[in-house]
Amino acid sequence: MAGVAAGTGEEIPGWATALLMPALNVLLALAVSALVILAIGENPVEALRVMLVGALGSGGGIGYTLYYATSLIFTGLAVAIAFHGGLFNIGAEGQAYLGGLGVALVCLSLGGWPWYLALPVTIAAAALFGAAWAAIPGYLQAYRGSHVVITTIMFNFIASALMVYLLVNVLIAPGQMSPETREFDPSLFLPTMQEMLAAIGLEIAGSPLNLSFLLALAACALVWLLVWHTRWGFALRTVGANEDAARYGGIDPKRMIVVTMLLSGALAGLLGINEIQGVQHRLILNFPAGMGFTGIAVALMGRAHPAGIIPAAILFGVLIQGGSELAFEYPTISPDLVVVIQGVVILFAGALEHMFRPAIARMFRPARGRRVEVA
Amino acid sequence: MADAALWLLSLLDSTIRLAAPLVLAALAGLYSERAGVIDIGLEGKMLAAAFAAAATAAVTGSAWLGLLAGIAASCLLAGVHGFACISQKGNQVVSGMAINTIALGLTAVLASAWFAMGGRTPSLEGAARFGEVTLPLAGTLSGVPVLGPIYADLISGHTLLVYVAVAMVPLTAWVVYRTRFGLRLRAVGENPAAVDTAGISVPALRYRAVLVTGVLCGIAGAYLSTAQGAAFQENMTAGKGFLALAALILGKWRPWPTLAACLLFAAADALQTRLQGVPVPGIGEVPVQLIEALPYIVTVVLLAGFVGRAVPPRALGLPYVKDR
Repeated sequence: MAGVAAGTGEEIPGWATALLMPALNVLLALAVSALVILAIGENPVEALRVMLVGALGSGGGIGYTLYYATSLIFTGLAVAIAFHGGLFNIGAEGQAYLGGLGVALVCLSLGGWPWYLALPVTIAAAALFGAAWAAIPGYLQAYRGSHVVITTIMFNFIASALMVYLLVNVLIAPGQMSPETREFDPSLFLPTMQEMLAAIGLEIAGSPLNLSFLLALAACALVWLLVWHTRWGFALRTVGANEDAARYGGIDPKRMIVVTMLLSGALAGLLGINEIQGVQHRLILNFPAGMGFTGIAVALMGRAHPAGIIPAAILFGVLIQGGSELAFEYPTISPDLVVVIQGVVILFAGALEHMFRPAIARMFRPARGRRVEVA
Repeated sequence: MADAALWLLSLLDSTIRLAAPLVLAALAGLYSERAGVIDIGLEGKMLAAAFAAAATAAVTGSAWLGLLAGIAASCLLAGVHGFACISQKGNQVVSGMAINTIALGLTAVLASAWFAMGGRTPSLEGAARFGEVTLPLAGTLSGVPVLGPIYADLISGHTLLVYVAVAMVPLTAWVVYRTRFGLRLRAVGENPAAVDTAGISVPALRYRAVLVTGVLCGIAGAYLSTAQGAAFQENMTAGKGFLALAALILGKWRPWPTLAACLLFAAADALQTRLQGVPVPGIGEVPVQLIEALPYIVTVVLLAGFVGRAVPPRALGLPYVKDR
C-alpha cells in the first residue's frame, strides 16, 4: 500500500507536494466536471457560480456546507489513519452506520438526560460500535492474512443488512410504518451552531450545523498529536512505510494493524454523533449516505494529514451543498455530479498520483540547480 | 407433489436468470486477477455498461447496438484501470474504487440529463431488448414427464446472453488452462519476472487480460438493462459486482468453482424473495436480511481460512517493475 500515504517526495520540496498536487487535483476534477456539464448542454461557468453561491453565498449555505464537512472530517480521518498504517479501509461507511446504532441505543435508553451529560456516553458508544465493526477485518488482516479491502467491503454489505433487520424488526417505533426509531428526548439533542452562537449574542441563519463540528476539529487535533507526536504514532508510520523495518525495530506489526483498524473504525463511528444525535434525532436507514466513501476522496486529497483533511472536507462540503443547489436551479443537472467529481479526485489523487510527479519534479530541478541524471 | 416440483422449477429458473450476470462478471474478474491486477471495479464497469446499453438501445431500437455500446463503455473504464495500474503502477484498489465512483455518478448524471426521467432510461420493447430464446422442440417435448418440463421451462426460454454466460465457463476454463495465452496469463499473475525473462511483455499481457475483463463486464451490464430488465435505473447493479468478486474468491480464482459459487449466491437471492414472511418448517421465519448477508459472511469466513483457504495469485496487486 506504499504510495497512498503522503510524503514519498522525489526532488519535490514538501510544500509543493502539500499544495501543488491537491491544487492540480482540484483543477482536473473541475475540468472533468466542466466537460460533463458541457455534454449535458449547460454552461459550466454559470454552473460553477450557482454552486459557489449556493454553498458559500449565504449563512444557511455555509451552515450546510460545514455540516457536511463535519461528517467528512470524521470519515476522512478514519481513512487517513488507516493509510498511515498501510491499510486501506473501505469500510468507513459500514463503521459509521454501526456508530450511529451505538449513539441511538444510548439516546433511547438515557431519556431525560441533558445532552452535555449524555455526550461523553454517546461518543464512547459511537466509537465503540464503529471500532467493533472494524475489529474483525483488522484481526483477519493481521492474523489470518485476509485482505482488509475485501473484508471491509463485505462488512459494509453485512452492516447494511443488519441495520435493515434491526430497524424493520427490532428498533422500529411501535405503530409506525417507516423503519425508524422513535424520536429521542429533546433534552438529548445536540445544540445547533445557531443556538450556541445566540447564547453569546451572535445571530446566524439556521442550518443542521451543530456542536459536532467542534468535535470534528478536536478529533483532527487529537489525530495530529497521536500520529505525529507520540511514540505510538511513530510506530504506526513505521509499520505503514516498511513492515519488516518495524518488526526489526521491535514493533509488533500485527498488533499495530488491529489497533489502527480499531481507531479508524472509532473515528468513522463518530459520524453518528453528527448525524443521529445532532441532526436526525432518531435512527434512520442509510443515514451515512455515502459519506464513508467520500471520506476516501477527502483523505487522498488531504494527503492523509489533518491540516489537509479539513480543507478537503470543506471543499467536498461545498460540492455537496452547491451540487444540491445546482440541481435545484438546473433540473437537468443531477446532484450526483458530486459523485463524479469525487471519483475523479480518487483517480487522480490516489491511483494516478505518480503521473504528474515527474513533471512537477522537472519544474523544480533547474530552480534548485540540481543535475542528478542517474537512471 | 406437483406443486413442490413446480416451485422448485421456478426457483431454479430464477436462479439461472440471477446467476448469469454474476457468472459473467466473476469470470471477467478472473482474467484480470489471474493476470495479477486486482479489480474491485467490476461493479462500476457493469453499471456503466448497463447504462450505455440501455441508452443506446432506447435511441437506436437495437439491443445489439446496445450490447456493443455497453462493451465499449466497460472497456473504456477497463482501459483507465489498466493505464492506472499497469502503466502508472498506481494503487490497484484505489483505481478500482475510483472507477466505481465515477461510474455511479456519471451514469446517474447522464441518465437524468439525457432522458429527464429521474435517472431512468425509457422502457425498452421489441428489438431493443434481448428476447427469450425458445430452444428447438421445447414445445413438442414439454409433454414428456420430468425431462420435458426441465427442458422446456428451465433450459429453454432464456435470453441469448444467459447462454453466452453458460458458454463462457467452459470457454474460460479452456482458455486459462489449455491455451498459450492462458498459461502466460497465469504465469504473469504468479511470477511476472519469469514471464519477462522469457521475453514476453508483462504490460501487454496484463492489458489484454484487463480488456477481456472489460468485454465480459460489458456483457454482464448489458444483460441487466436490456435482457433481464428493460431499462436502466440508478445504481441498478446494487452490489452485484462485489457479489461477483466474492464468488471469484469463493471459487478460488478457478472457473468451475466460481460458477458453483455464483449459482449458490443466485439461489440464495432467489430463495430470499420466496421466503419473505413464510415460516420454514422446524426453523421458523428466517430473516430475509440474513439470507441477503449470507454470501458476504460466507466469503469472510472463507477468507479467514477457518474453512478451506482462498489463496490469491501470488503477484495480485503488485505493479511489475522491470528493474531496480
